[in-house]
Amino acid sequence: MKNEIILEAHPISIGYRDKKNIKTVATDVKIQLRKGKLIALVGINGVGKSTLLKTITGIQKPLSGCVILNENNIENYTSSELAQQMSMVLTEKLPPSNLTVFELVALGRQPYTNWLGTLTSEDTNKVHEAIRLTKIEHLAHKKHFEISDGQLQKVLIARALAQDTPLIILDEPTTHLDLLHKFTLLQLLQKLAKETEKCILFSTHDIDLAIQLCDEMIIMTPEKTVQSTPCILIEKGVFNALFDDRSISFDKEKGKFVFGKI
Amino acid sequence: MTNKHHSILFITFTVLLVCFFLLDLTSGQVSIPLKEVFKILSGQDASKSTWEYIILNFRLPKAITAILVGMGLSISGLLMQTLFRNPLAGPYVLGLSSGSSLGVAFVILGAGVLPSFLQTAVISSYGVILASFLGSFLVLLAILVVAQRLRNTMSILIVGLMFGSFAGAIVNVLSYFSTAEQLQKFTFWSMGNLGNLPWPSIGILGTTVTVGLVLSLVSIKSLDALLLGENYAKSVGLNFKKARLIIIIATSILAGSITAFAGPIAFIGLAVPHIAKLVFQTSSHKTLFFSTVLIGGILMLACDIISQMPFLEMTLPINAITSIMGAPVVIWLLIGKKNIQ
Repeated sequence: MKNEIILEAHPISIGYRDKKNIKTVATDVKIQLRKGKLIALVGINGVGKSTLLKTITGIQKPLSGCVILNENNIENYTSSELAQQMSMVLTEKLPPSNLTVFELVALGRQPYTNWLGTLTSEDTNKVHEAIRLTKIEHLAHKKHFEISDGQLQKVLIARALAQDTPLIILDEPTTHLDLLHKFTLLQLLQKLAKETEKCILFSTHDIDLAIQLCDEMIIMTPEKTVQSTPCILIEKGVFNALFDDRSISFDKEKGKFVFGKI
Repeated sequence: MTNKHHSILFITFTVLLVCFFLLDLTSGQVSIPLKEVFKILSGQDASKSTWEYIILNFRLPKAITAILVGMGLSISGLLMQTLFRNPLAGPYVLGLSSGSSLGVAFVILGAGVLPSFLQTAVISSYGVILASFLGSFLVLLAILVVAQRLRNTMSILIVGLMFGSFAGAIVNVLSYFSTAEQLQKFTFWSMGNLGNLPWPSIGILGTTVTVGLVLSLVSIKSLDALLLGENYAKSVGLNFKKARLIIIIATSILAGSITAFAGPIAFIGLAVPHIAKLVFQTSSHKTLFFSTVLIGGILMLACDIISQMPFLEMTLPINAITSIMGAPVVIWLLIGKKNIQ
């Protein structure tokens, strides 16, 4: 099926370009983001996860190759067209304001509202649906600064859902959360990908959890970038190459990392 | 906080605005009865022709100026607080009033070097307005150039503050070399003045404030998006650079023209948006726009009424009143509220 692929990176190389020099972060990156899949982006700090996310969200251009979003080059989208194709959950803190949870989620409707940002009944329905899917009904009328980090993360996901895009991208959504909340959050993402047929891509350092809950993973190492299902990646022994350190290795049987001598 | 609650508040504030407007017309050194004010406003003859003269040529222009100044400064404060994500930002963080001060300082304090026939022309009220306008306009141009170059919004804030320090220093140097009479003139200007504006000037001020308010009105959606921060705002389809440019232009037009005509008026732009946020308990800029406009008008009229209380025997400088009223409000906000925007 042709339409299954929402976003595709024809082999691209990513990095930064300024007037004088080009700094390449990664080359020959091939990724395919398909409908209904939960995909984790994994790699050690500084390997270029953020650069890859910035490139596939159109914030910066690839050094070579192109990113195809729904059969069109991402560079041809205007910012409001792009906002109807992909929504984001970022790591940055929200500035102080009096926004309630409901208002915050409703801001996800901005690409569709008129010049004053007035919500139509369809917009309100979408907001309510997003709130229902993420099970944050009880928070709807609280101020956004009154809720916990885990709850806020769900609210931000609800906001992305309300934006009603085929692709949702989350930048390290599990940071700052305890194990239980990490697990429930990823479970929620898994459920959302299945129920809403959206593609959800997130970067994370929680590899063990990602292996258990994701449909696919994208592994970035300084040498290459690989995308596949967790099982195949384990088979191929990709995880062993992830950390360039002998004291951490991947145990294929247990499906997790072990420390020290084996 | 329901919509019904908001409607009641809006009606209350509109009524208050009308009441304060009428109160401002009746009060002053000469007290004029409300009935006579209505007569004069509706074009009938008043019992005393002096009253008619006072209302039409002095108090009505002053009350209208007060409303324009209050509304314009408050809205520019609201825009700056959201754009810079900083509760202490006001219309003057961009350094516009410093530009105005510098222009006026050059004219009043520097006039001594000019030949005497030019001196009188330059120091006339129009000369001062023109100098003030040019000063803030030049700073505006500088800020627009900076805004196009700098990716980071906070840097614009710092550049604005630097403009302020720079202009302040030049004004100091000029004051050091000027005569006592010139200094007194400059000090009077820097205290702000709502009166003395002839009708044509009010027409110009009215036009610029309207343009500024319309630009702010079309920025409402962008401002709401900016509540999420720059990157989220971009992710919901905001053309950030364009939106930022419109917001800065709106603020500059408002703060620049108001400072030109009424002098630097302190605290209104900083305090009123906070009062609106406290009273209406919302971050929605559609609600905040209209509530800030209303409260700004009311507060400025109130300051004007206080500045000319009959028992004071003379009119106090408006800048002193706004600061005396505004400073405690800001302190109370900072201490009392943990989460102000």
